[in-house]
Amino acid sequence: MSAVTPDQVHDDHHHHGPTGLMRWITTTNHKDIGTMYLIFSFIMFLSGGVMALTIRAELFQPGMQIVQPEFFNQLTTMHGLVMVFGAIMPAFVGFANWMLPLMIGASDMAFARMNNWSFWLLPVAAILLIGSFFVPGGATAAGWTLYAPLSVQMGMGMDLTIFAVHIMGISSIMGAINIVVTVLNMRAPGMTMMKMPLFCWTWLITAYLLIAVMPVLAGAVTMILTDRHFGTSFFNAAGGGDPVLYQHVFWFFGHPEVYIMILPAFGIVSEIIPTFARKPLFGYASMVYATASIAVLSFVVWAHHMFTTGMPAATQLFFMYATMLIAVPTGVKVFNWVATMWRGSMTFETPMLWATGFIFVFTMGGFTGLICAIAPIDIQVQDTYYVVAHFHYVLVAGSLFALFAGAYYWLPKWTGVMYSEFIGKLHFWCSIIFFNITFFPMHFLGLAGMPRRIPDYALQFADFNALASIGAFGFGLSQLIFIVAVVKCVRGEGKKAAASPWEDAQGLEWTVPSPAPHHTFEIPPVVK
Amino acid sequence: MSPTFEKYFVPEPSKFPIFGSFALLCIGAGSVMWLNHTGPGPLVFFVGLATLIYMLFGWFGQVIRESESGQYGKNVDASFRWSMGWFIFSEVMFFFAFFGVLFYVRVIAVPSLGSEESVSVLWQGFEAAWPTAGPRAEEAFSPMGAWGIPAINTLILLTSGATLTWAHWGMMKDNRTQLKLGLLLTVLLGALFMGFQIYEYMHAYGEMNLKMTSGIYGSTFYMMTGFHGLHVTIGAIMLLVMLFRVMAGHFTKDNHFAFEAAAWYWHFVDVVWLVLFVVVYWL
Repeated sequence: MSAVTPDQVHDDHHHHGPTGLMRWITTTNHKDIGTMYLIFSFIMFLSGGVMALTIRAELFQPGMQIVQPEFFNQLTTMHGLVMVFGAIMPAFVGFANWMLPLMIGASDMAFARMNNWSFWLLPVAAILLIGSFFVPGGATAAGWTLYAPLSVQMGMGMDLTIFAVHIMGISSIMGAINIVVTVLNMRAPGMTMMKMPLFCWTWLITAYLLIAVMPVLAGAVTMILTDRHFGTSFFNAAGGGDPVLYQHVFWFFGHPEVYIMILPAFGIVSEIIPTFARKPLFGYASMVYATASIAVLSFVVWAHHMFTTGMPAATQLFFMYATMLIAVPTGVKVFNWVATMWRGSMTFETPMLWATGFIFVFTMGGFTGLICAIAPIDIQVQDTYYVVAHFHYVLVAGSLFALFAGAYYWLPKWTGVMYSEFIGKLHFWCSIIFFNITFFPMHFLGLAGMPRRIPDYALQFADFNALASIGAFGFGLSQLIFIVAVVKCVRGEGKKAAASPWEDAQGLEWTVPSPAPHHTFEIPPVVK
Repeated sequence: MSPTFEKYFVPEPSKFPIFGSFALLCIGAGSVMWLNHTGPGPLVFFVGLATLIYMLFGWFGQVIRESESGQYGKNVDASFRWSMGWFIFSEVMFFFAFFGVLFYVRVIAVPSLGSEESVSVLWQGFEAAWPTAGPRAEEAFSPMGAWGIPAINTLILLTSGATLTWAHWGMMKDNRTQLKLGLLLTVLLGALFMGFQIYEYMHAYGEMNLKMTSGIYGSTFYMMTGFHGLHVTIGAIMLLVMLFRVMAGHFTKDNHFAFEAAAWYWHFVDVVWLVLFVVVYWL
């Protein structure tokens, strides 16, 4: 779309108000807040990564070498919680903060002050969550899903986790309401819904999911809290409750949650591929409808996480077919990305490498998802490394790769400096190779019967585990390359970026200078 | 751009969010210490609560001043309307979780505990019936009937919905007396509802031996009515603030969304009660 931008670009690089640390604490600027979200999520990514590497170090050989079994369980639990709630989700919110107002031609988010609070609740939640390692009994070791009855039995680290989850939930709901209202109410004149960049659409639907399911998670952990301290019997069969009930409530949140973590990734990839294929996105409307269908279906598939809990065959069949139905809209998306590239004038700068890598590896995770959806197979692979492989293919190679794709794509807009192509490509190739070395063998381990969340294993699993551990350390170290790429940009070492550094990038964000001035679109552009 | 373009209000940097974060840190950490009987739990908790109250007063006060000084335009008003609607939707989902729990317990969990297989292997002598405190209930209790206080409370809440609408009509007609009277009546009815609710709890604990520890019936009963009562309290506080604002001369017949938002919230609480009355007390 072409945009008529009146003389709205001030040379206003300064901001008014407090300086130094107080600037960041009190800011109401969506770009400042977006930056804080991104930095926070990367710190959490490294923290969760250190936990993952400790896990992989322990699993390098059979037998117990480095950590105690209790601590190992704490690590797997906290690795999951930190990565899901601390790294992936806030990173996408950071992208939303930075890019949504720029993409729809808004001056800021709809509720700028509340936006600040949404962010500053996250460090609080992180303090409670990470702090739980240091209380008597240590962090919760119930797994990131916090299943009852384990979660009813843990020490006070579990209580800290419950309150951390509550606070992250408040943050997510406020952030999501902000995003929905911004997208619905703050679009520039002429920016109709069906002209919006797909990233805005995917975030709108993601935010809807967040508002719908974060309260359900709050309810689930509240019941754990009252079961632990106030004598209720929600998850206690002796009192007429049911531990399986927890799983139902949790996964009613949990399954939409996995789409919360992947839909914005779809949005980022849908921005990048048209730019580097130099063709408009194939099937824009079908992408919107596919995203919406995934969101609707995500509410009726939760029990596929629970096939082994004992449920009637008809129920299993319903959840199995409903789950497989999700492959249709997801397939539409993958088809559209490939069709966008078809006969395009393709170049493979770093963002495009990540985006194509995303399609390739994410699709593998999608296929293993289909395999897991089949109840008779799932009963075999439930709680094995096959599941671990599956969700790391969609969460790391899906969400995380798309985040890196987006980061390289918009770094010039954020910092005003082009990143180094060499460093970016090195980061990509190291990541994708080591990623597959880490997680591909886990498919075999799972099929051979190795259970997840176990610090020791039988001898026949040794070779693949050693390989996965080597890959994990390679993958972890590869992420340090990203720090180099970003720090160079922030310090201004590199080519200065033009307003639109890419040859054929569409969208309003490329009509403002790079780096984007502190205030943009105070007078909305007119979109034709 | 058309000359009538209205600049969207973007607030100055604000110190209130960080106070809110500090407050929730204290409330979270204080609660954990309190629950585990370690450290100065209550102290930390109440420091957090006080900070939260300070933050809410300051933040809402600032919003009210900005609104009354005419800094918000039509766009900001639309944003407030959208956001209140979505906020209430999130609250609906919160209650939906507990209604789902009650449904699951009554339709699936308890019957399966009383199934032939379960009774013969695990829970000898357990008969699945609602209400129940589960197969290993230690004490008998009486369930809460629907046609005493709960029915009166239903009437009270329905009446309060009507008085609130009457107050809104007063606002629309610029009849401030009707507005004040309607709001006052609504708040009083809300307080009366809470009074009855507290009396009901005392009666349940004292005479019916119905406690939070009374198995799954007590759990769901207190969790659901308790969270509803909390929301009634919040709604009544919102309406009370509206009453004070009306007395301070705030709002016009064209510009009073804060009042409408509180009214939306009140009606939402009302509807939740109706469902609660049917599935928790009656059926």
